This record gives sequence, C-alpha cells and structure tokens, in this order.
Amino acid sequence: MSERAAPPLLALGLAGALAAGAMLGPYPLSPVDVADTLIGRPPDPQAAIVLWNIRLPRVVAAALIGAALAAAGAAYQTVFRNPLVAPDILGVSQGAGLGAVLGILLGLPVLAIQLMGFAFGIGTIGLVMAIALALRGLGQVLVVVLCGMAVAALAGAGISLVKLMADPDDQLPAITFWLMGSLAGIKQADVAAALPAIVAGLLPLIALRWRIGLLALGDDEARTLGVEAGRLRLLVILSATLVTAAAVSVAGVIGWVGLMVPHMARLITGPRFDRLLPVALAMGAALMVLVDAAARSIAQQEVPLGILTAVLGGPLFLWLLARGGRTWAE
Amino acid sequence: MGRVTPLVEARGLAVGHGGRVLLEEVGLGLHRGRILCLLGPNGVGKTTLFRTLLGLMPPLGGAVFLGGHPLSDLSRAEIAQRLAYVPQTLTTPFAWRALDLVLMGAAARLGPFARPGRAEIARAEAALALLGIDDLGPVEITRLSGGQRQMVLIARAIAQGAEAVAMDEPTASLDFANRIRVGKAIQGLAARGIGVLLCTHDPDQAADLGDEAVLIEPGGILAAGPAAEVMTAARMTRLYDIPVRRDALPGGRLHFSGPSGREDQGPVTGAAAGQNV
Repeated sequence: MSERAAPPLLALGLAGALAAGAMLGPYPLSPVDVADTLIGRPPDPQAAIVLWNIRLPRVVAAALIGAALAAAGAAYQTVFRNPLVAPDILGVSQGAGLGAVLGILLGLPVLAIQLMGFAFGIGTIGLVMAIALALRGLGQVLVVVLCGMAVAALAGAGISLVKLMADPDDQLPAITFWLMGSLAGIKQADVAAALPAIVAGLLPLIALRWRIGLLALGDDEARTLGVEAGRLRLLVILSATLVTAAAVSVAGVIGWVGLMVPHMARLITGPRFDRLLPVALAMGAALMVLVDAAARSIAQQEVPLGILTAVLGGPLFLWLLARGGRTWAE
Repeated sequence: MGRVTPLVEARGLAVGHGGRVLLEEVGLGLHRGRILCLLGPNGVGKTTLFRTLLGLMPPLGGAVFLGGHPLSDLSRAEIAQRLAYVPQTLTTPFAWRALDLVLMGAAARLGPFARPGRAEIARAEAALALLGIDDLGPVEITRLSGGQRQMVLIARAIAQGAEAVAMDEPTASLDFANRIRVGKAIQGLAARGIGVLLCTHDPDQAADLGDEAVLIEPGGILAAGPAAEVMTAARMTRLYDIPVRRDALPGGRLHFSGPSGREDQGPVTGAAAGQNV
C-alpha cells in the first residue's frame, strides 16, 4: 500500500468494520435497517432496541478497546526498543486480571469488578516501577521489564489461587470467561466508565507522537538529540498503562492485539511513531470490531475474544516473522 | 587559550562512575573548525569522558562549558543545540528511513508537541546532499552498509545545527574504503567551521585528521597539543604499553606501527622503537 493511498483505505476499512459490527449478530440487521434506525425510523421497535442498547455500545466498546490496545502496544514497542513487546509486558493485564477475579470471588457487582481490575492494573505498574527504582533506577529498561515479569508471575499465582478457591459451578466459569476476554453484555455505562481513562492515556501519546519515536534510538542517543528521555519514557509508560488497564478492566484479557496490530501498521508506515500511531489506532479499532462481531456470530454460544485473537494472531505473527526485515532490523 | 571562547571546554574535570574516579584534572578546549582527537587504551575512561562532556553523566569534579556556558546550567535541548553526537553504531531495532533519522536532528529546536515540517525536511535533505548521499534519503537503514549508516548519522549531526560534534569511534566497524570516506566527511565538517571531538583507536587516523590530540592514560591526560608534536613514538609506546614505531610517509603523513609478528620475537625496547622520532 502506498503512503498516499493508506489514509483513505484505512478510513474506508474502519467504516466498513463499524458497519459490519452494527449489522452482525444473533439478531442480524440489514444495512438499510441500520441506516433507518440511525436516522430515527426503525423498521420495528425490536431493531431500535438491539441497535441502540446492545449492538452500538458493543461496537463502540470494541473499537475503543482495539484502538487502545494497539496504541499501547505501539507505544511500548517504541519506548522499550523491542518489536516483540506487548501492552502487558509490565504485568498490567495480569495485575488487572487478579483484581477482577478477586472481585468475582467476592461476588461484587460488575462495575466494582471493573474498578478493581483497573486499580490492580495501575497498582501493578506502580509496584513494578517502585521495585525497579529501588533496585537499579528506571533508566535501565531491561531491569524494568524483568521486574514486570516477576510481578506478573506473582499476580498469575494469585489468579490461580483465586480459581482454586472459586465456586466451580458459578464463579469459575465467570472467571475463566473474563480471563479470555469478552464484550458480551456490555452497556453504555461500561463504555462511559472506560472512556475517560482511555482518552486521558491516549492524549499524551498523540500530542507527543513525533518525539516519542526518538526513544526508539536508546536513551543516550535520544538525550543527545535534546530529548529528556527518562521523563518522556515514564510518561509514555504511564499513559499506555492507563489505556491498557482501562481496556482490560472492561473487556477482560485480550491478547495478541497489542502485539500484532502495531506490526501490521508498521508495514504501512515504517517505524515513525507519529505515522504509526493513527494507523495502529484505526487498524486496532477495525480489527477488534470484526473479531467481536465474529465472537457473537460464529457459534450458538459467545466465543471468548482472547481465543479468536490468538487464532488470528499466532499465524499472522509467524507470517510477519517470515517476512521480517521490513519492519525491524535483524 | 586566548580570548576565543571554546565550543567545548573542560576545566579540572574529574570523570568516573559510582564515585570511582577514572580520570582527573582533565583540561581540553575544542575550537571552531578544529578536530580534536582523543586517544588512549581500552578501559581508560574515554567513553566516560565523552559521556560526561555530552552531559549524559555528571562530572565528579571540575566543570564542562559549552560555548562558555556551564553545562550544568543548560537544558537537554540547549546542550543538543551546541553539541551533537555521532554514535559508534546505530542500535535501533526498527527500519527507519534515512531521511527520518536525519530529521531527528531537528528535535532540539522543536517544541515538545511539534513535528518536523517543510523547513526541517529541507534542512535534513540539505545535510544529506552536503555529504553526497541525497539518494539514500528514502532508503531504510537496514538496507544500508555500515559506512552509509555512519554517513547518515553525520548528516543528522549536521542537521542538528550544533557548532560542535562529538564522535565516538565512528570508523571502528568500517572497512578500509568507508573509513576513508567517513574521514573525508569529518574533514568536511571542520572545513565548514564545525569543531569535531573525535574519539579514535587508530593513531594514523588521529594524526591524519586531528589538528590536536589528547593522549589519555589511566588516571588522566598524558599529553595534549598539536597532533604531530604530541604523538611521539615514546609517548605512544607508554600509552599503549607496546613498542610503537612512528614513520613519516612520503607526503608527510604519519604512520604508527607495533612490533610485527614476523619479526624476531625477542623484546623490542622502547628506545629502539623511538629511533625515528
């Protein structure tokens, strides 16, 4: 795809994905039904309820979460100078997962479960940063990443413990489903709850998008170019973490999107973060809307999103790996 | 030093890390259009000195001045406007286009939210053209040779617009032809009035390119001054702890050599090595 053709094609793709998302599901709507309902002339009352209360919140949530995870992944890959990094590299997902499953175990309402997921996700990063700071300082990227792995492993152990303690008939299926990610039953209120954190996290990434790319050179080089590398990287990590925690707290743990979408976007844009970010946002949104539409359409029962993204992501990632070279140096 | 304010100056500088002093009482001054070479054995603290001069680590004593301003008073962007850096190799894992890499030289003069525009692109293209590599602009750096990448990094330093450039062994990993090409580019920078601080392991290169040389031995400076005067065989022998021989080649260039493996394996004395001085 040429550089000039990319923006209109992406916009078209995203619009197509959103339209498909509005149409597909157990109660299918034709394009005409969707258009009529949107302008206030629904073909029947049922269609209006489905579109406004069920379908659209879900499509919007999927787009938001896909965009969020893709942006966070692109940001992490850039500041950690590693194309194989995913948004949960520092343990956000595991931490948020622990918070949420604890909430399920305690029988809390959905909003409280989401809040616990969010708080634990942010808390995990705080803990990782504090440990890394105490050990060697935040300047050493490898130390930060290794601290993240250690804390994520601890959170994983906590999740296993909660699963063991959970009621196998009632709570355990809920926990398992949440850990694989799903947007089933999402409401307008859920979208509204996640939106502020996602926007607050995305704004710094968008505003500083050119400068963030310089962090891919490494600290010393970025600093000699006039960038306060340490401070900027911290801001990027915090922003990307905020975005990821908000996404995970609403939709559960959805793997692969944050790893693979930035790669696909980089095939079009190259590594410049100011070009990569908007494309990753659009592709992430479109992909997640389509995956979520598949999740509610391909079987009688809802398929967890994490399973679909892994089925898509694994082979796609291997294909990218085989192509290599184009997006990252050997 | 006269009345002229050096572009880069160290006074009574002590450098090291973790409180351990590697070099003390380092004094040096880099002036417009001059090439100042730092020579010394591995591990002596050249890189540490370099990083201290660039403001990447704090001095353990003394002070660094950029254009007369104490380094400690300058922001990261203000340092970058005065002193650019050419690393030994490029270590980014991503396939940047050469032009995008050169564009990064604009960061020191752009606000935090700004992106490079027409003016910055023109500047970056001019920097590439100056080095005769304008055709490399749209090429991804993963497709470039080591020498070409080094030229791109030099173009970035030009685009950065600093009056002084610090280079850390820019030719260490290059083949013979590229070493000469990059050497020519370094001389070109000096001809444009840029002061070049060059860290090198190649005494011939230091003598060829350097207006001045600073010999660094464990603990501090062994000698500093005009390259041809400072780099005597005796001093080079002491510096590298092997017998060094200095020859003047036809045309006036200096050539330094160590004991050959094919010669008699017996001890070669420093006095014998110094016979050509």
